[in-house]
Amino acid sequence: MYSKGLVPLGWATAVTLTAAMALVFFYAPLDADQGFVQKIFYVHVPMAIVALGGFIAGGVFAIRHLRSGDRSWDMRSYVAIHVSIILGCGVLVTGAIWAKASWGHWWVWDEPVLVSFLVVFLLYCVYYPLRFSIEDPDRQARYSSVFAITAGAFVPLNFIAVRLAEAYTHPRVLSQTGGSLPGDMRLTFLVALAGMALLFVTLWKLELTAKHASMQLKRLRNRARVAA
Amino acid sequence: MIGAARAILRKDVQIELRTKESVPAMTLFTLTVYVLFHFGLDRDTLAGALASGVLWVTLLLAAVIGVSRLFAAEREQGGVDGLLLAPVDRTALFVAKAAALFLFLCAVELVAVPAFTLLLLGPGLGAAFPELLAILALGNLGIAALGALVAAIAAETRARELIVPLLLLPLLVPLLIACAQATEPLLRQDGGPEDLARWLGLLTLYDVVFVLLSVAVFDFLLED
Repeated sequence: MYSKGLVPLGWATAVTLTAAMALVFFYAPLDADQGFVQKIFYVHVPMAIVALGGFIAGGVFAIRHLRSGDRSWDMRSYVAIHVSIILGCGVLVTGAIWAKASWGHWWVWDEPVLVSFLVVFLLYCVYYPLRFSIEDPDRQARYSSVFAITAGAFVPLNFIAVRLAEAYTHPRVLSQTGGSLPGDMRLTFLVALAGMALLFVTLWKLELTAKHASMQLKRLRNRARVAA
Repeated sequence: MIGAARAILRKDVQIELRTKESVPAMTLFTLTVYVLFHFGLDRDTLAGALASGVLWVTLLLAAVIGVSRLFAAEREQGGVDGLLLAPVDRTALFVAKAAALFLFLCAVELVAVPAFTLLLLGPGLGAAFPELLAILALGNLGIAALGALVAAIAAETRARELIVPLLLLPLLVPLLIACAQATEPLLRQDGGPEDLARWLGLLTLYDVVFVLLSVAVFDFLLED
């Protein structure tokens, strides 16, 4: 049910990510100030954007779950948050490496985007203890959805608050005026972003398929046991 | 709905007045945290950013205690089932719980803020008082809305005591930023309000978003 189109999607992901890496190393020019280190940007920023998008998607799926009462939407919301948390670990690690290389410290508090991301990440980590400390499956789904919606609304508010509070140092990549990226860097960035988004969707579908299959297996085993 | 909410609120306030459980505990806790900060920071008096940070972190930590006790009576004696059987809007329970938490926080601050100026604050608080009251009121409103929601979520989990602080404190980070930044210039040596409109605006936005959101999703926590 969830596995439809998974194989072509996997291939598309592999091709796009390979193309993105090729562009990063052979096409995009070296950054004038930061040199080679700046290339981590093509991993870090798409990953962060996709992870935040995944958190928001988790909230949207949760709204659909509460509206329709269909628990498969809760499963979609759960898996979207789960994959986003995994990407979030990558964002924090690559962000710290980039900060060390370009500012000399592993962690910089006056960088609003990284700090906001940490707060959001800490909040979403509570999703697991919350979800798995409720036994009744119906209630588990509802409470998780309430969490996903609240946290989804929190994401933009938190970014506004932290940005207001901190000095403005982070380079803005995509803004209304077209950002500060030259054309060839921009193309590389957009391909990397597309690759990361495809990777997210592939992982999401794969995990949903695996969860669905293991639930079905459990159901069949129970039926076999009852029959025996 | 207003009638039902008022009845639940009256019940909660009455329970609190008779058992004296949450508010005295929260107040005592704030005093203890001041002592901890005095020794932890090794300072006799605080001013500016340090003072407003200590004040707000203490108030948020005290709020955690209030939030984890908010549904104690309902949980232990099955009050929610009674409410679900009664023909009243479920939002009434949320409104009443948030209002109760708001009143508890005001009562705590009635002691905690003067105690703070007495024990730790270097510069006096005289001129900045009305501004501080506005910040406290808006801050309490946000804590009350989110606190009631988080308390209801955590009430049904096994690891209740863990979930409340872990869930509430990150959600309160924007509120802490706005409150602490707005309070900071008021507590400086020659302080006066500064950038107050911006931070009160952010606080209002935060309050509006989470009050509306909590009212919208609260019903789903009681559906059984």
